[in-house]
Amino acid sequence: MRRALLVLAVAALYVLHQDVWFWRSARPLVFGFVPVGLFYHACFSVAASLVMWLLVSHAWPAHLEEEAERGRRGGRGTE
Amino acid sequence: MIPAAIVFLYLAIVVYIGVFAFRKARGKEEVEDYFLASRSLGPFVFLMSLFGTNMTAFAILGSSGHAFNNGIVTYGLMASSSGLVIPLTIFLIGTRVWALGKRFGFITPVQLFRDRWECSHIGTVIFAVQAALLLPYVIIGMIGGGTTLSVISGGRVPFWLGAAVVALAVMSYVFFGGMRGTAWVNTFQTILFLLFGTVAVVVIGWGMGGFRAASEGLLASPLASLLTRERISPYYFFSYTFIPLSAIAFPHITIFCLTARRMAQFKKTVIFYPVCIMAIWLPCVFLGVMANRAQDVPRIEEKIEARRTLAQQGKAMPPEQRDELRAKMDADDVLLILLDRYAPLWLAGLLGAGVMAAVMASDSQILAISTMFTEDVFAHYGGRERFGEAAQVHLGRAFVVLLTIPAYFIALNAPESIFALAIQYAFSGFAALSPLLVAALFWRGSTRWGALASTLWVAIAVVAVAVFQAAVPAPAPGPPVVAWRLFGLEALARTPGGTAVFGFLPVVPMVLVSALLMVVVSALTPRPGAATLARYFPDRTR
Repeated sequence: MRRALLVLAVAALYVLHQDVWFWRSARPLVFGFVPVGLFYHACFSVAASLVMWLLVSHAWPAHLEEEAERGRRGGRGTE
Repeated sequence: MIPAAIVFLYLAIVVYIGVFAFRKARGKEEVEDYFLASRSLGPFVFLMSLFGTNMTAFAILGSSGHAFNNGIVTYGLMASSSGLVIPLTIFLIGTRVWALGKRFGFITPVQLFRDRWECSHIGTVIFAVQAALLLPYVIIGMIGGGTTLSVISGGRVPFWLGAAVVALAVMSYVFFGGMRGTAWVNTFQTILFLLFGTVAVVVIGWGMGGFRAASEGLLASPLASLLTRERISPYYFFSYTFIPLSAIAFPHITIFCLTARRMAQFKKTVIFYPVCIMAIWLPCVFLGVMANRAQDVPRIEEKIEARRTLAQQGKAMPPEQRDELRAKMDADDVLLILLDRYAPLWLAGLLGAGVMAAVMASDSQILAISTMFTEDVFAHYGGRERFGEAAQVHLGRAFVVLLTIPAYFIALNAPESIFALAIQYAFSGFAALSPLLVAALFWRGSTRWGALASTLWVAIAVVAVAVFQAAVPAPAPGPPVVAWRLFGLEALARTPGGTAVFGFLPVVPMVLVSALLMVVVSALTPRPGAATLARYFPDRTR
């Protein structure tokens, strides 16, 4: 369930990136000088950081590090 | 000349860092030490260096230049989409590459592919395609360096000399310091250009009399569309989300994932990557757009005039005249012109050093190609067994020199702008190679023949796009030149900025067909042996 929610959050973020709703509008100018389309994408960057924090907190592949600690093994294959 | 002197001082510092790293490693002529810093990087250096490696001339000079001509859309096109896709790929793919590297001793992605798919010569083909695609990235760094030094010195340092100085500095610290030196220099550079953005915005904003007036002035002018995204189609915008897939497939990034001491060091990188991108790109894009208000600066006025002429009279002009105007409106130097106009001399020098830090990110690419050549070709075909490990490190250093010199001469003659060169060849090609990593790590049914099919497709597609764009001249701003219609749709078209396939950038079909070939060809060919699959997928192999 938790994993499904995280996948959903990432997918939602991807959809939110295609923000056609601010396509042709510059106003309002946030803080009096930042066009709304640019401000939206700056907020998107912050949201992406938060989703990454969720991924790292709840879906970190810790088993990979344990497997890696087993040390170097195996060789190169040949055709 | 004061700004140029400060930049030269900065170059001396980075060379010293490389030499210092060499001293620290003295006596260790070991492959893993020179090429991977003994897999020992800590969390701060790992974050700063990985991020810095990804931020090239393209991030600062290319982004502000693109924003100058296309508006705020530049941020959404590359920065915010990269802020989502790149940390996601580091989280999903980078951590797995690190774990496999630690377990099996891999130094390059081709070693992983060879072992995973039980192949030898197919790995060599992948190496050749990766190296050929990486070379433009190296060239971009040199062009950026030459442009920066030339503009900062007010033209006293010519482009050829500026590019030569940058090439020599990069070559020196990569030659001496290897991965350790490169990572330390990248960390220093990243700190510099993170500071650069904020200071540049404040200084230029102050000089322009405040951004409120500049934004309102732009909105009231014929250039108001630069504050919206109406110059770009939503299809084109969507296409760009495929480009950041290239980041993890770039060999220097894959190799860099192997340098972390522990996997936990990826955590901060994944979390902070989007805001680090924002810290660099937001000021660069905003300043690039606002440069359109600096019409009292002759060099900026010339660019705006060239853009206006191309838009109004371009259709009636021969292709050569249009290319001439495009060269005039090329705005990769716009940020430097703003600094020259609005910043005090000493500060322009410091900020110029910040720009230089970004444009010198080609160090990692040079080291990566050297690493790949010595590991994937020299060592793989018996060189290490015959001549020993120390000889391999010496060869790696010699290769750094042999690579830098021809790259410099190509940089002197490269006609394309930094942005176009990067996007059209290296980024699209590596994005289309990303299915190889995904298949190797996540799909036990993938085979070496599937990998070969994908790789050959990428090579053919990149060449085809380059040939098409050379054969069909770029039209004037407006409707594209349609080369092929299918069921009434524009299947292949030459646009003012490049090529469109069904309205999308070529990277979209390149990635999708690459993935499709991997699936179809793998399904039709034999899988690797059970022992290999058991090593890579221990839980799912019966």
